[in-house]
Amino acid sequence: MCRLAAIISNEYFSPMENILALETMKEGHDGSGLGLILRDLGGEFEDLKEFPVLSAITTEKGFYDLDQFMVSRGFRTKHMWEPELSPNPGPTVERHDRYIVKAFEYPDHIRDKPFEEKAEFLLRTRLEIRAMGERDGGSIRVFSFWPDVVTLKAVGDPLEVGEFFGLDKKPIPARVVFAQGRQNTNYAINLYACHPFFIQGVFTMTNGENTAFVPIREYLTSRGEPGYVGYNSDSEVFAHILHFMRYRLGYPLPYYKDVITPLKDEEMEGRPDADALRLMKRSLRMLTIDGPNCVIGCDRDGTVFMVQDAKKLRPGVVGGVRGRVGLMSEVCGLTAAVPDRDTEKDVFPMKYDFVAVRPGAEEIETWNQLDGSTTTISLA
Amino acid sequence: MESVGRLDHNHQLSLNDLPYIVRWEDPRCTRCGRCTAVCPVRAIEPGVFEKRLVESTGPIPLPTTVRKVVSGVRQVTDIRRRCIGCATCRLVCPNDAIRPEFNPANKFNWHINQEGEPYKRGGRRNDPGVSTLDQLKFTRISMLTDPALDAGRHEFRVRTYLGRNLPPEQLPLRVEGDSLVKDGTPFIPPVREIFPIRIGGMSVGALSPHMWEGLAMGVAYLNEVERIPVVMCTGEGGMPPRLLKSPFLKYFILQIASGYFGWDEIIHAVPEMQCDPAAIEIKYGQGAKPGDGGLLMAAKVLKHIARIRGVPEYVDLASPPTHQTKYSIEEAVAKMITSMSMLFGFRVPVYPKISGTKTALAVLNNLARNPFAAALTIDGEDGGTGAAYTVSLDKMGHPIASNLRECYLNLVKIGKQNELPLFAAGGVGKSGNLAANAAALIMLGASGADCGKYIMQAAAGCLGDERNRCNICNTGKCPRGITTQDPKLYRRLDPDKVAERVVDVFVAADKELRKIFAPMGRSTELPIGMSDGLSVADKAVADRLQIAYAC
Ligand code: SF4
Ligand code: SF4
Repeated sequence: MCRLAAIISNEYFSPMENILALETMKEGHDGSGLGLILRDLGGEFEDLKEFPVLSAITTEKGFYDLDQFMVSRGFRTKHMWEPELSPNPGPTVERHDRYIVKAFEYPDHIRDKPFEEKAEFLLRTRLEIRAMGERDGGSIRVFSFWPDVVTLKAVGDPLEVGEFFGLDKKPIPARVVFAQGRQNTNYAINLYACHPFFIQGVFTMTNGENTAFVPIREYLTSRGEPGYVGYNSDSEVFAHILHFMRYRLGYPLPYYKDVITPLKDEEMEGRPDADALRLMKRSLRMLTIDGPNCVIGCDRDGTVFMVQDAKKLRPGVVGGVRGRVGLMSEVCGLTAAVPDRDTEKDVFPMKYDFVAVRPGAEEIETWNQLDGSTTTISLA
Repeated sequence: MESVGRLDHNHQLSLNDLPYIVRWEDPRCTRCGRCTAVCPVRAIEPGVFEKRLVESTGPIPLPTTVRKVVSGVRQVTDIRRRCIGCATCRLVCPNDAIRPEFNPANKFNWHINQEGEPYKRGGRRNDPGVSTLDQLKFTRISMLTDPALDAGRHEFRVRTYLGRNLPPEQLPLRVEGDSLVKDGTPFIPPVREIFPIRIGGMSVGALSPHMWEGLAMGVAYLNEVERIPVVMCTGEGGMPPRLLKSPFLKYFILQIASGYFGWDEIIHAVPEMQCDPAAIEIKYGQGAKPGDGGLLMAAKVLKHIARIRGVPEYVDLASPPTHQTKYSIEEAVAKMITSMSMLFGFRVPVYPKISGTKTALAVLNNLARNPFAAALTIDGEDGGTGAAYTVSLDKMGHPIASNLRECYLNLVKIGKQNELPLFAAGGVGKSGNLAANAAALIMLGASGADCGKYIMQAAAGCLGDERNRCNICNTGKCPRGITTQDPKLYRRLDPDKVAERVVDVFVAADKELRKIFAPMGRSTELPIGMSDGLSVADKAVADRLQIAYAC
């Protein structure tokens, strides 16, 4: 089972805290890889918030090609972070030549364009880089290209990987960090199959196996969206569904729940927006999941959420203190990340719940799909 | 040896040339005459035989040989009165003294075209082989990495949509506060939520009144009592007027075909209808006899049928192979869909049904562009019919599996797989596996499947099979009373029993579908296009259908 550890805070913190939470939850052979997404960056990136950051892994040749490519597209390097790789990585860590985290200045032709245009441009550029890397058998693997977002992925035990990246010594601090502690052990190991998955400012990580994967993948790829590619893991669709409903259909965030697990017709009666739900259910039928899945996601504005499928449910808990909330697959992980919280206020999302925490992590909001009401837990 | 010229019977056939040979057991037979009376084709008749008997009549045994003339049952060798293997004689025989036996070495096909008339019959393709649908297996079983569901205890939604689903980008929704609200009152195409197995079009006229009534009662019961929204198509030929004006109309799909039979009555009933029909099916083709129109032989056009259809009695009713007005799909078909939609105020889904064909994609692409086309039904070569030329039945048509799959994948390519539902027909339940065949079609991309022959066999004991057993539906002499208008015959069929069996069939199919979907971890929505769930032990089939090969 994947272990998931997301933390949202009003202060910058080290991703090592997520890794330690993963370590607490680890059992069996599930600690086979690490995927990290950091959002709302601090430290050396604190003053670079509007500049897009490219996160990639390359070979030496890929590193050179990528540089050339970025220059040819008119990007100018603004800042570069390279992990201080430990000279003696743990035995499970699979080492690659170069790990790139680079902030760029936008090319002149796009700098003054509205953000939506920039967003499309960044996506296209990332896809071009991805295609370039795939053409020569994996010289470049690119994970995200977006302002204020960094992605790190590696094969190996999460703790060993964290130390390998030197995150224990010189981390990139952030206010939102998602960590997932397993390579996809169901399939061949592939860095592109490692959660969290990112597209245009939204990302998700998932626990469980998505039995409706094929029809969903076919539906997404048939939307004419260039970014809906990849699918090395059946969980990648969760990120793309979030992107589709938020930034192509323009639905408010809690409707994510209605898209992936629509209510039964009779249940809709309790909702004031029943008319809209009925239409959505029919039109988005292909995106219905059957689980078992627990999805933790982050929207462009930094709101993080946890949601379960409607039947089988995977472990998941949300809890914390004012200014620091964890969204984890297990309570022990949450306790590692936020030990001093009031556990009475922990929320275990159930069939109808959509649990969200907004930037600042002041409170936990549970939106109920059955009646559309929201319960807010103020944190102390 | 006699020269051939002296053989009196040389021009005749012997029993060995016939498809079924009647085995009659003299010692068991009490000469009650029931078999000869009941035989629908007069294949057997009372006969006399000279017999050598050993008798002993005195007080002490003294066997002597006598020759006697006895009565018995004789099978005729006239090809037009050949035994059709229906076994009705066996059904009525109190002593189990008679039964038909299939003769695989028969010469039937060489002789049936008497007087230059090709063989016409009812039924299905005479191919007893295993269909592609029956070769497909469900092999994605939830194991350890994802828990299977419990078919008995979990909630399942075994429903599908008949009607055009707007693409989400076109939904009239806007954000108001934190909520989505419906914007204004724009046209939203009508959509019905139905059970994914439908009863395909079989007309009043082709079916006997008792059969039709039984089906209709079963469907109404399923909807109103069992809450399983099964719908049934009328076939071409209208509906009994009382039913048209009843609240049960909503469970029926009205079919319009090239003869427009029954539509005079339907149009006149529109102002008095209490509800809308489930849908309108425009039949452009039928899988069993592609390129042919409907055919109701004169023998079946009795008074009540003539009335519903608005035609004279006892005339052959041959619908043209195509709608007269159909000169282009972009225009004429679109107009017909629009006219039919208009008739019911755009509240009823209207969709075409075509026979399986290599050109199905062209039809599909046109329908995909027509915002009023509600669905497409494709009827494969294994479909059934009440009357057709055997050459059409056996040699014309396209198998459903690859036709359907190709169409679905094409919809995926253009992103309309949820917008335009595909329904698949033709051979669903051919070997009795109704739910499994339907589930396989759904996973190949169908929104639902139609059955016809299966329901006739299961609900009314239709005797037909792929070895040409019975199949005399076109003659009006149906021994079961299913496809006849002769009261003497259809009184054999109890409509209540038919209705009961219809209910049994769908309740069981509902359970079986759950038993298939549960181990695959699917319950909330129908696994339409979940092709990773299927595999087949034939590499060529796997490649063609783009599913896994497993052996
Ligand atoms: S099997 Fe049917 S057709 Fe053949 S003799 Fe018996 S009743 Fe007649
Ligand atoms: S039993 Fe009736 S419906 Fe069935 S094949 Fe014979 S004639 Fe046709």
